[in-house]
Amino acid sequence: MDRLLTVTSAISIVLLVTVLFSVRRAHIRAEYSMTWLFASFAMLVLSRSRGLLDYLRRAAGLPDTPLALFLIISAFFLIMFFRFSMIVSRLRDNNIALAQRLAILEYRLQSLNGHEK
Amino acid sequence: MIRGSHPDSLLVIIPAFNEEGAVGQVVEGIHRRVPEAAVLVIDDCSTDSTIAVARAAGAEVLSLPHHLGLGGCVQAGYKLAWETGFQYVIRVDGDGQHDPRDIPSILEKLQSTGCEMVIGSRFLQSNGSRTGAVRSLGIRFFRAVLRPILGKTVHDPTSGFVGVNRRALEVFKSSFPLEYPEIEALVVLQRKRFRFEEVPVKMHPRVTGRSTITALTSFYYIVHVLLGVFVNILKYEHRRRRPATGGPGGAAKGD
Repeated sequence: MDRLLTVTSAISIVLLVTVLFSVRRAHIRAEYSMTWLFASFAMLVLSRSRGLLDYLRRAAGLPDTPLALFLIISAFFLIMFFRFSMIVSRLRDNNIALAQRLAILEYRLQSLNGHEK
Repeated sequence: MIRGSHPDSLLVIIPAFNEEGAVGQVVEGIHRRVPEAAVLVIDDCSTDSTIAVARAAGAEVLSLPHHLGLGGCVQAGYKLAWETGFQYVIRVDGDGQHDPRDIPSILEKLQSTGCEMVIGSRFLQSNGSRTGAVRSLGIRFFRAVLRPILGKTVHDPTSGFVGVNRRALEVFKSSFPLEYPEIEALVVLQRKRFRFEEVPVKMHPRVTGRSTITALTSFYYIVHVLLGVFVNILKYEHRRRRPATGGPGGAAKGD
């Protein structure tokens, strides 16, 4: 169990540092990094606070602590993936609308140029 | 530039992706059969000479900056038709499957009934059109699914040979299904309490290319379209019912 918590802590620290470096290098926008920072920080807190983890395990009625840790982290990431799917969907809609607008404007411009010649 | 200058103005749109082998004949066929119609080829970023062939045949070309897929391609045509004032738009596939001789009957039905959409159906009368077994099964399945939703039978729900009027254009310019749009578009219109009719048409084997729906992708197609249909049914749009003769309500998604 201790080994599992140590590995989880290590992963969350690596994730935290990676996200911070990515923000610094502008590889990820600050508003999207917040979710990752929150998730990795929550992972770190849970893996370092045995009491909190046990409390959550009892509250959820789960038989053992590793399972509780796994489920809580999975829930965090599922919510994050869903949020990013929503963002990607919105971006795709915007992208399609922009491409269509660009095509229409280009068509109108070419028609105008054709009339001028 | 194309312009819908008179009350019965018709635009024929041809979504095309790598259709250099057929699009020229399609455009020429339309010019021959419906000389008063403007013809617009919407090129979905083809890598062949579709644009040059279409222009040489006398069509206007709307060229998309990157590949959007069928729905995005058709919607771009609807947007331009709306902005340039066309009253009617008929979509014809660029692969030569649809017969331009059927365009006048679709237009006539749109004008005489005042309905928002007319579907060219290959199953309304026995006219020699042949359909593969898998596709035929899929069509029967969607016919059964759509019957209670639309309140009447649509014999050829996957037909892309479709005419719409300006009221439908106003809806589709803002909200149009992007992948496999034919069936979902019917549900989008039904949500606005719009009407559709079918007219018998003849369909030919495609001149070039292959259908995007193969036996392997049929399952994905069915699940995708079913999901799209039910999402459209459940979609929240201000629960204001449109009166029978009023204008269309708000769009689900816009630009």
